[in-house]
Amino acid sequence: MSSIEAIWRIESARIVGALARYTGDLDLAEDVAQEAVAEALVSWPRDGEPANPVGWLLATARRRAIDSFRRRAGRDERYALLASDGFAGTDDLLWDPDRIDDDVLALMFVACHPVLSPEARVALTLRTVGGLSTEEIARAFLVPVPTIQARITRAKKTIAVARVPFEVPPVAKRRERLGGVLSVLYVIFTEGSTATAGDRLLREDLAYEAIRLVRTLSALLPGEPEVFGLLALCELTAARFPARTGPDGAAVLLEKQDRRCWDRSAIRRGTAALGQAGRGLGPYGLQAAIAACHAAAGSVAETDWERIVLLYEALGRVAPSPIVELNRAVAVAMADGPAEALLMVDELVARDRLPGSHLLPTVRGELLLRLGRTTEARAELELAARLCGNAKERAVLLGKLEHE
Amino acid sequence: MAKYMLIMRSTDESLAKMMDTPMEQMLETVGSYTDELIKAGALLAAEGLDDAAQGVVVDFSGETPVVTDGPYGETKELFGGFYLIDVPTKEDAVEWAKRLPSFPGAKCEVRRVPSIDEFPQDNEWVVKERAWREQTGQL
Repeated sequence: MSSIEAIWRIESARIVGALARYTGDLDLAEDVAQEAVAEALVSWPRDGEPANPVGWLLATARRRAIDSFRRRAGRDERYALLASDGFAGTDDLLWDPDRIDDDVLALMFVACHPVLSPEARVALTLRTVGGLSTEEIARAFLVPVPTIQARITRAKKTIAVARVPFEVPPVAKRRERLGGVLSVLYVIFTEGSTATAGDRLLREDLAYEAIRLVRTLSALLPGEPEVFGLLALCELTAARFPARTGPDGAAVLLEKQDRRCWDRSAIRRGTAALGQAGRGLGPYGLQAAIAACHAAAGSVAETDWERIVLLYEALGRVAPSPIVELNRAVAVAMADGPAEALLMVDELVARDRLPGSHLLPTVRGELLLRLGRTTEARAELELAARLCGNAKERAVLLGKLEHE
Repeated sequence: MAKYMLIMRSTDESLAKMMDTPMEQMLETVGSYTDELIKAGALLAAEGLDDAAQGVVVDFSGETPVVTDGPYGETKELFGGFYLIDVPTKEDAVEWAKRLPSFPGAKCEVRRVPSIDEFPQDNEWVVKERAWREQTGQL
């Protein structure tokens, strides 16, 4: 870890954002910014760190961009104009304090643009906004480096071909597009907090990276309640990280977690963010409110399950999904007992709402256990273990059977 | 992520320069730095301390504590205030320290703040402090 990497992590969004605004070409902006970092990695250790590292990176990237324009000038008049024109202006012009926030926002919106596939949005956001290297992204998602490399290259081409403008979307479209940005950040967070496959249950760095990006977004868009809803959800979920794995690395379920290990400052930050998410909570805000109920309770028994049932009902109205229904059933089981909850789960089974998911048989198995129907419970939990892709979660499921 | 405290240490020299700076300008410089930390998702808390000359020093060298009026010892490197930040690595903390608004002669010490999770969780005093933190929402 060097100071160059730290500087890059802090500044990448602003550097790439400023360059993209100036060149109108995200692909080029990202390339020249990466070249500048590569150059810094060689020259700073040799010549010493420059007095103004950010200015140095920006100036170096700009020089590279001008070189590229000159090379392309013969083929394309637009580049000839750029090469000869104001792009040779001062660095101060590029680094416009009044535009930096909009540059970063525009970068977020473009990286999460709907023309891109969901995977591409995630990779491009982490790379350009988060300043993560291709290697870091690949490690976090357990995929080969060339896969991420190709994904980013393709994403940048797609943006160029679709002529996506480098801008914060106009007000009329902003809410909708913001939803897209939030969902990308949430995907990054959840990917970091539970692995969909593989042995590592927590990849906390990735989750914290998502939190960092959501915090930035909340500072740049202080008037958007759902940004705070998502921030609250992430902080409150991450607060449980220290308690989610046992010493042997096995997953620890909510009811068995040592709540003393929950991160109280994260809970405080999450609760504060929830306060800013306002009334009439959106999907993230409602999930955060549910997480806040857990955070406020000393144990499973002391949890306000009635309130959680109401929150899941509200969530089911604004963002209907079988997963929400399933979670509502779990809350109902806690508030009113397993019999009523089993009826809800059986209805989900009857409508085949969650085909192939281990979650449905997991919950059904749990409810049957509580009702004393052990044979049926065993069959359900064994089915759940077969369907579950995460080795540690599978171990927990099979563990439930051993206690019976 | 880890918590770091950026401890600002002023000297007579840097304090004199600070006193020469118009309030308006000070507020803008410090305010924009704080704003940067907020936008980077790093700021947890920040406080500045009042004039060291108004402070009191309690000295434990003898058998009983001796109380004298401030400032603390020689005014070479006084603790003047802090930023508490949440960043991925020590290098990030150092990078933020390098950007602190400062005056020649001042220094900044960067120290990691261990979380309460790092103490034995079954110790009754740790349990007590946790409960207090919980009630008061302390960091």
